[in-house]
Parts: sequence; C-alpha cells; structure tokens
Amino acid sequence: MRKMIEGSRAVAEAVALCRPDVISAYPITPQTHIVEELSQLVADGDLDAEYVRVESEHSAASVCLGAVAAGSRAYSATTSQGMLLMIEVLYNIAGMRLPMVITGVNRAVSAPLNIWNDQQDTLALRDAGWLQLYAESSQECLDMHIQAYRIAEDDRVLLPVMVCMDGFILTHTYETVDVPAQEAVDAFLPRYDPLFKLDPTDPYTLGAYAGPELYHEVRYTIHRDCLNAKQVVKEVARDFRTAFGRWAGDVIEPYHCEDAEEIVVAMGSVVGTLKDWADRKRAAGEKVGVLKLRCYRPFPAEELAEALAKTKRVMVLEKAVSMGGYGIVAAELRAALSGKSTAAVACAVAGLGGRDITMATLDEVQRRARAGETDFFAGLRAEALEEA
Amino acid sequence: MSASTARGRRKPPLGVITRPGTSLRNKTGSWGILRPVFDWKKCTGCNTCESICPEGCIRHLERKQYEADPEFCKGCGMCAAACPAGAIAMSEEHR
Repeated sequence: MRKMIEGSRAVAEAVALCRPDVISAYPITPQTHIVEELSQLVADGDLDAEYVRVESEHSAASVCLGAVAAGSRAYSATTSQGMLLMIEVLYNIAGMRLPMVITGVNRAVSAPLNIWNDQQDTLALRDAGWLQLYAESSQECLDMHIQAYRIAEDDRVLLPVMVCMDGFILTHTYETVDVPAQEAVDAFLPRYDPLFKLDPTDPYTLGAYAGPELYHEVRYTIHRDCLNAKQVVKEVARDFRTAFGRWAGDVIEPYHCEDAEEIVVAMGSVVGTLKDWADRKRAAGEKVGVLKLRCYRPFPAEELAEALAKTKRVMVLEKAVSMGGYGIVAAELRAALSGKSTAAVACAVAGLGGRDITMATLDEVQRRARAGETDFFAGLRAEALEEA
Repeated sequence: MSASTARGRRKPPLGVITRPGTSLRNKTGSWGILRPVFDWKKCTGCNTCESICPEGCIRHLERKQYEADPEFCKGCGMCAAACPAGAIAMSEEHR
C-alpha cells in the first residue's frame, strides 16, 4: 500500500512487518520517532512483541543480545551518543554471532553537542563485525530493514546488520513509500529459526573466554564470514526485487557511470542530491556519474574497482573524518583502487553536523578536485575560522 | 532447535558455543608463580583451605593432609592466608 508517511514511520512499519519478538531502545533525537511508533504499535496490540524499556542504550543493546541468544528476533535503534554508549555491547553481539537489526540513525557526535546529521557515529562501528547498509530514501530504508533480517539470519552470515539512515533528512521527512503486505513479507522473511540458542535442556555457554590458542581463529572467522556476506547481500537484493519488484542496487548502485569521466562516490541521502547535480552537469555536457555505496560493510572493494576502473576522476563525498587521518571511505577506496585504476581520488569532507550540502557545495568539490586538491573540507566558512 | 540437533545447516560458528566442562580442559596451573606448601604436622584438618580455594583444586587426602593440584592451582595464596594453623606457606621452590 502506498502511503505518505514520515521516514521514521516507514522504518517502524517495516520493523513491525518483520515480526520482531523483542524490541528494546532508549529514545534519542533523531531516532525517537521510530521507537515511539513501535512502542505505540505494541501498546495498541497491533504488534505482538515485548517492548523492553531501559535506562540506557547500553542496556537496550544488552537486552537485545540476550533476546537473540535465547532465540528471538530482536530490534533496536539509536544514534550518535547512544550509539557510542552501545559500542561495547555491539562488539559482543557480532562476536557472539547473534543476528539482529539496529537502525543506526546518522547524527553528529559530541563535542560540540549537535543533533544534526552526519555519519561519524555509525562509521565508528566500522570495525565491529556489523554489516552496514546506507539508505538513500525512505523507501530504500524500509526495504533495507526487511532485507537486513534475511541477511543477518542467513546461516552463512550470522552477523548483525545496521541499517544506516540520515537523521532528520530521512527520519523526519515525509515521502510516499510503498509498504508491502504482511503476507508478502512473511513469504520473503520466514520466522527466525536460530541455529543455536540458550536452552536449559541442552546447556552451554555463549560468549565465553577464548585464550591466545583460539581467539585469533574466532576473530578470523568473523572477518571471513563478514566478507562472504557480500554475496548474501546481493542474493537477498535480487530475491527482494523478485518478491517486491523494487531495486535499489546491491552493494553499490551506479548512476550514469558507464561513460563518466568524473564519478562522485557517497553513502546515504546525499546520493539523491548528487543525482540531481549529475543530471544538471549532464545537461551541460559534462560526463558526470554518481556511485552509491549501499553496502559499506562488508566493503565491496572488487565492485568499486570495477565500477571505477575507466573513469578519470573520483570524488568521495564524506560526512565523517578520521581525525588526524583521512576521509574514512576515501582511504578504503584508494586501497581498493590501488593497481586497478589510474583515476585520481579526491576526498571532500562535507556536511558535518547538519551543514547543508548544496549544488554550490558539489560545484566546489568538483572545482577543487579538478585543481588537484586531494583531501579537503568543502564549504568551510572563512569568517568562522577567523574567530578561532 | 539446539546446536546439536540442527540438520542440514552449518555448525555454530567457531568460538560461539562452549560446552560444559571446559574449566577441566583449561589448565590454569601455569599462570602461577607461587605454590602452596602444606605442613601436615601443623594441619588440624579444619578444611578451611579446601573450602576457600577459588579454583577448587585443593584435595583432602587424609584427615590432616591436603594438597593443591599443580595443574590448576594459580598460586593465589588465599589458602595460606586463611589457614588458622599457619600450616600453608607460599613458595617459589616447587615451581
């Protein structure tokens, strides 16, 4: 059914369609509407799930960890400081191979305190063993949540998935979305059938100690299965298209990249802006393309190298930065392209803390990349820096 | 479905599941530096050392004779500190 609803509502409806057994979350802007909607659905009796109220995100993640360990399908959502507080438990969820889904609403991290959008928070989780998918639109976000449970619970994966959506830009914006019928989602996503679970009749321990003789191998298998999950992300995307008729790419989504001399790589909602910008550039005769990085973990190095093999210039638009290092996606992309492409790769950090990324911002990125700049912040306000 | 009865599916990932009894396989005796030496002449057979040992590795041999299993004793010294008869000394000599 097509509905005009807020992005957060779209996520809540998608999660409800996935029939979670346990939901636990702590409200934090701009994630709040998602969990408000879900708690309302549970309170009204429209969703048969346990909604566990907790005193912190650390506890919310812990409740979910225990729920999945006991064989339940679990869900949570958080953002920014809440995500940072969750991190200890999130590493454990991945390490214990507990498949679940968390919506990582993208928001800047403190300090300074800022509630607006960038992607510094979820990128702090890049090394944790979680898969990460980044959504461009409310529709893609809704679809990704349904796909995410299929991916996470696949025997070949058994790792948690974080669906990342830009705070406010997606969570608080109304879009027309197609909400699938419960029967269609049930057919696509069967009830969770855990490979292992805590069971008093067959006792064992989850998440126990592993010394130097075993830890090394356990961490290797998490890494190996996370890399191999790329194939499952692709399969599930194709199955989703068969079941629901919609396609948003698998691990990457190229837009006008076939003959492009310049390609902008980005994640999340800014890809929509970039497509408009590329259309304008194309209309003006410039061969510009956009490459959406839809699946950031596992990192699709081969697919990116293939998609960018023939272009002359790559511009990575980053809504985060590794302080004292590099733009996070650009650093990984450069490694992926090493020896496989002669394209110049420029890294532009833009839009931190909710700063708008406009057509003028993108023009500046292109201009500076063409001038040979490799790593820079776009849209810096000189007058603000003068005060420093 | 338990880990042992899942059919046609992968095994649980490495390191996820620990079956009961692993503390017997994990021989922690090598962690220690000191080792308790029991003076059976002073021992009163009160059983304090056996009951206080956090590793559960002190064995009661006879009425006033105890010994620590060197494969599991970490040398923490709690038995020596707690012994009311002063019959246990911590020593490096026996390592």
